[in-house]
Amino acid sequence: MRRALIGVLILGGLGLAAGLWLTRAQALTEGDLAGLTGDATQGEMVFYAGGCASCHAAKDAEGEARLILSGGIGFVSGFGTFRAPNISMDPDQGIGAWTFAQFASAVQRGVSPEGTHYYPVFPYSAYALAEPQDIADLWAFWQTLPASDTENLPHEVGFPFSIRRGVGLWKLLYMPDGFTMPADTEPLIRGRYLVEALGHCAECHTPRDALGGLDRSRWMAGAPNPSGLGRIPGITPATLDWSETEITQFLADGFTPEFDVAAGQMALAILNLAQLPDSDRAAIAAYLKTLPAAEEQSAEPG
Amino acid sequence: MYRPNLTLVAGACVAAAIGTVAIAASHTVPPSVKGRQGAMQVISLHAGLLGEMARGNSDYDAGVAQTAADNLVTVSNLNLSTLFPEGTDNGTLADTIALPAIWSDPAGFQTAWEGFGTAAANLQAVAGDGLDPMRAAMGDLGKSCGACHDTYRAKN
Repeated sequence: MRRALIGVLILGGLGLAAGLWLTRAQALTEGDLAGLTGDATQGEMVFYAGGCASCHAAKDAEGEARLILSGGIGFVSGFGTFRAPNISMDPDQGIGAWTFAQFASAVQRGVSPEGTHYYPVFPYSAYALAEPQDIADLWAFWQTLPASDTENLPHEVGFPFSIRRGVGLWKLLYMPDGFTMPADTEPLIRGRYLVEALGHCAECHTPRDALGGLDRSRWMAGAPNPSGLGRIPGITPATLDWSETEITQFLADGFTPEFDVAAGQMALAILNLAQLPDSDRAAIAAYLKTLPAAEEQSAEPG
Repeated sequence: MYRPNLTLVAGACVAAAIGTVAIAASHTVPPSVKGRQGAMQVISLHAGLLGEMARGNSDYDAGVAQTAADNLVTVSNLNLSTLFPEGTDNGTLADTIALPAIWSDPAGFQTAWEGFGTAAANLQAVAGDGLDPMRAAMGDLGKSCGACHDTYRAKN
């Protein structure tokens, strides 16, 4: 009897150890990033393609102030309200004291310098698909950005989601091991990279399952707005009948073919996308035109 | 053997018919809603004329641009009280995306509408002066549309 109990304890201990090992935070090391030299000019384009300011600039910031990444905007979800942190170059409140490896670990692995998991409201599951060179360029551009000593606000997330270790399990389930859509020629390859990796469009335009993971079988099919207000439209050709040119131009000036305007988070995305070369916006449009029809998720209470 | 109660069946049919008529009646769009949707379409038409020039999809024509901007200013002078009467929000009616915030925050709604008026007047001042000044003013006009839609219009 006693022996059986010891056996159970050992098995339980092994299971716990395996669980802890599987859900551990896996940072990138200097070795992973060896040989990369960043170019700030290239990095500025990565910055706009990645849409960093859409979440990390102060609420309602305009113009140059959108480069001050002082954070503070709240993101309401079924798991609680997440607060965008200060990621300006301030060494104390921001990330000015970080190394490149710490930056790359945060952006592409969702791992903090302290070795804890970030919540996936930070779209590292998309950025994980980015080219390491782009992240190096981005970090070089980051060095040119202003500092802000605005204090960070805590997330308002209840149990059990307050246990960060659980995010390790989420990552096991949902971190992508590659792109979702096939693409073998330009401009589709570039378009896919901009949409699936840097632009992280699926974060809003693809529905999620109960644990907050993307339902990749309904890629870009539209989804309830996590804030509870209305829906985020589907952007496959089955639901968006705009021409490729109309999509390209919308991404530059925010006007729909009927000359209605982009609103909300998409208006902020347009501010970034407008900075990219026209060929990039055209590549995004070309990629979107290849998406298969997917069943749009029925409306459900947020 | 099962025998349907004919009175009950007939009653159900009548009830269903009344229900259908009632639903059809509730789908009648009130004139105020039609009016404001028409106003938005007039805006859309003229923003489109200017926007297609701004995008380079059509040639810049100073005369057309000026007329379009003038008409936007004319629409912006509408007093919205007749177009947005109480009880015409999207919680009450099916055929509108006007949010209840219009009525719970009338001052904010009026400010947003005046923002469009300001942007339209600025556009009117430069629309005939060439493509670049017109394009710049169009950007601000678009922002004024978005600012109001963000708060007072439901997403489809």
